[in-house]
Amino acid sequence: MNLVIGLILILSLTAIFLFFRSAEILSVAKKRISDSFEDGNNNFNALSGVIFLVISFVGIIWYSYDQFDNYFLPMASEHAPEIEVLFWVTTAITFTVFILTQIVMFYFGYKYRFNKSRKAYFYPENHKLEIIWTVIPAIVLVGLIGWGLVKWNKIMGPPPKDAEVIEVVGYQFAWASRYPGPDNELGNSNYKLIDVDNIVGIDFSDSSSLDDFMPREIYIPKGKPVVFKIRARDVIHSVYLPYMRSQMNAVPGMPTQMWFVPSKTTEEMRAETGNENFNYEIVCNKICGRAHFSMKHTVVVVEEWEYIKWKNSQKSWIEKNPDYYSNFVKNNSTDVAVLNN
Amino acid sequence: MGVTKTITSKSKTKVEEHHHEHHEESFITKYIFSEDHKMIAKQFLITGIFWAIVGGALSSLFRIQLGFPDMDLTALSPIIGNWLTPQGKIDPEVYLALITMHGTIMVFFVLTAGLSGTFSNFLIPLQIGARDMASGFLNMLSYWFFFLSSIVMFISIFVEGGPASGGWTIYPPLSALPQAVSGSGMGMTLWLFSMSLFIVSALLGALNYITTVINLRTEGMTFFRMPLTIWAFFVTAILGVLSFPVLLSAALLLIMDRSFGTSFYLSDIYIAGEALSNQGGSAILFQHLFWFLGHPEVYIVILPSLGITSEIIATCSRKPIFGYRAMVYSIFGIGALSFVVWAHHMFISGMNPFLGSVFTILTLIIAVPSAIKAFNYIATLWRGNIIFTPAMLFSIGLVSFFISGGLTGLFLGNSVVDINLHDTYFVVAHFHIVMGSASFFGLFAGVYHWFPKMFGRMMNSTLGYVHFWVTFIGAYLVFFPLHYIGIAGFPRRYYSFTNFETGRIESFIDLNTFVSFAAILTFIAQFIFLFNFFYSMYRGRKASANPWKSNTIEWTTPVEPGHGNWPGKIPTVTRWPYDYSKPGAKDDFIPQHIPLSSTKESNMPEDEHR
Repeated sequence: MNLVIGLILILSLTAIFLFFRSAEILSVAKKRISDSFEDGNNNFNALSGVIFLVISFVGIIWYSYDQFDNYFLPMASEHAPEIEVLFWVTTAITFTVFILTQIVMFYFGYKYRFNKSRKAYFYPENHKLEIIWTVIPAIVLVGLIGWGLVKWNKIMGPPPKDAEVIEVVGYQFAWASRYPGPDNELGNSNYKLIDVDNIVGIDFSDSSSLDDFMPREIYIPKGKPVVFKIRARDVIHSVYLPYMRSQMNAVPGMPTQMWFVPSKTTEEMRAETGNENFNYEIVCNKICGRAHFSMKHTVVVVEEWEYIKWKNSQKSWIEKNPDYYSNFVKNNSTDVAVLNN
Repeated sequence: MGVTKTITSKSKTKVEEHHHEHHEESFITKYIFSEDHKMIAKQFLITGIFWAIVGGALSSLFRIQLGFPDMDLTALSPIIGNWLTPQGKIDPEVYLALITMHGTIMVFFVLTAGLSGTFSNFLIPLQIGARDMASGFLNMLSYWFFFLSSIVMFISIFVEGGPASGGWTIYPPLSALPQAVSGSGMGMTLWLFSMSLFIVSALLGALNYITTVINLRTEGMTFFRMPLTIWAFFVTAILGVLSFPVLLSAALLLIMDRSFGTSFYLSDIYIAGEALSNQGGSAILFQHLFWFLGHPEVYIVILPSLGITSEIIATCSRKPIFGYRAMVYSIFGIGALSFVVWAHHMFISGMNPFLGSVFTILTLIIAVPSAIKAFNYIATLWRGNIIFTPAMLFSIGLVSFFISGGLTGLFLGNSVVDINLHDTYFVVAHFHIVMGSASFFGLFAGVYHWFPKMFGRMMNSTLGYVHFWVTFIGAYLVFFPLHYIGIAGFPRRYYSFTNFETGRIESFIDLNTFVSFAAILTFIAQFIFLFNFFYSMYRGRKASANPWKSNTIEWTTPVEPGHGNWPGKIPTVTRWPYDYSKPGAKDDFIPQHIPLSSTKESNMPEDEHR
């Protein structure tokens, strides 16, 4: 294997060197008549630009059309189409500018390539033209910004009062979730209480913690606002749900949140994508260490009635970990007594 | 226009007297501890080339992992032995170290030091008509601090635990806690030490550039007669002076958190089975400080390239640059705005969404001066008489990249669109095109164009064309497809996608293989350039005094200028540098030192104001 690589290397270097020598000899052989520094390759370079342009546009348009379903993800939240409309309007604008400017540039390169009988046109400025191409981009940008900000304020604004609250905690290299339970209130937490069992540091001296439950997978109801209260235990992570077009960093020491309204159940998405194993997943999208690439958590979107049924069937965390709780009570008896009064 | 005559005749004669002395230079004072700006520029260039090879090689390694995830690399074990798993694959933590070092090396060591260090040093005195930098000694120190910083960074690659591996943005707590990733041990300590030295170097260099441009312009070289290269280097240096100290303070606080138990960035952390006592710090604070440098930094990287390109496009189109004043104001506009857009890197960091709104507005405003620059380049080509030298090709390539990559900035700068694209491959595509490829092309363009002035010989142009076309097509093939991968929501900095969302594992396997193939090929093609560079240095065709028939005054020096640049008097400047193809003139160029009185046939009323 080493030998093969070595041989290829030596052969290609020899080839390059031979090519180079012959090119150099040729360039000496060619008599220079012109007093300019044009060396006879101008037409080749000018034309190559145009050919490059045509081939790449064909390639880009073909790939964008042919692979659309591969790179454009189905949308699974109510705000996703709002982001996507702006995304595609921006794409239309930028792609037009992209195509026009590149065409004009390479076309000029070809059309105005060196000709010794011609002199360039002395044209140092034109204020009118410059004002036009300052003002037009400015107006387009104002439009894009205005539109974007209206949506941004809505999506990042406070969640509706009736939103389902779920705590999501990131740690190296997994996610945990906690639901408030029947009292609809998440109990306090404290990072100093974290241990092997109590992985998110629930503080059981707060009575609203007692009915909190921590499922293996996150269930959320279709058509109802859901708010993720996000924390991180060790380093920064990021809660990213590509199908929901939702993302928010998880920062140690600074709780964050994001909210959205799921619009397609897992089952519906399985039918749409034709993949019966499909699952929504929170993927970690902030570099967090060795296993960053495999840090994910399943999210199941179900109809609201299924969600209620599922929620009612969940046992609270202390029911599942009675020993932990009895120890906690023993160690903190005075605090709990005060709270229960 | 306010002719600022900054050199008093007294100080000028003093400078000249000093350089009229003939001094013998030993090998050490000429090539190593040189105070000559031209030699220091070459030192920066060679060191930059060395780092570019290292940075490129690292990227080839992680592209192998991404494009050919099943490849057995045991054959490479003599070189990268302990970076491999027993199966012959790159270790996941090594992968993170590779991308971190690739980013650090390319952004700071190649495109900041290698680019600004080379061309600001080389061109400022030559193009404004100065004997040398304001302080040759500080200039020498600037290089040697950079050299020390390079050594420390290079050593860090081989220390126990590996080099820094928290991404080139080194966000704490990941970078602060050795428990979080092994690269945050010794590797991170050395990274911070190296970057501190680097910042000292950048500051010494930048202060020198600013002082030189303000004080040492030759007679008649008013601000608005300076070539756009000098404007770009000048504003770049100002950006560096104002922003690098902020990175230094960010780094210092991180050093304190790491080594002295403070809690600037750390709060409420439970890691490796232990709750840390740090409380009250803010991880977001680091991001604000980092990007307060980090965003101006991308303009520190791109502005010199834009300056170089402006000069080359005008020269090789045989036309004045279109809208010289507008170009200068755009450089200033970009420079000023670059300080108030940093938080667009943090839209979803958890900072207040209102702050996000403000930064969206400011960010998209910066697109306006950028657009002006792009349009002005294209207008310069219009009705030119274009000669495609390798430098010109690379300049046009730069404009192409600057447009392509700049446009995708409109997606990422719009906070609401950024929600879904943040930290995906879309971002990778964006900045590799607009700041990576574009700046690299400026660097190449500059080397091809000023090689005759640096070494008195020409580079081989045929090899230059081959190098350009392979690199130009290659760079697009590498970076354009990444947009699609990003739109599909694939996160960056992932070692592998085998565990990624059920059902989507295979979406882009072929495309990733293709990208890796293109990347490695493009990297190998750079050896054409390297060969051309070193071969031409000794064997290239001898250069003439002004091979590109250019107007700027560096071409009035001897083919190989000695210490002091001009053997006699420094030429006096009487016109702007863009009198190309002036109607009525005999030649299609009139150098800056030709007095207006001798070109009566082509003089225009506006000439009085240029």
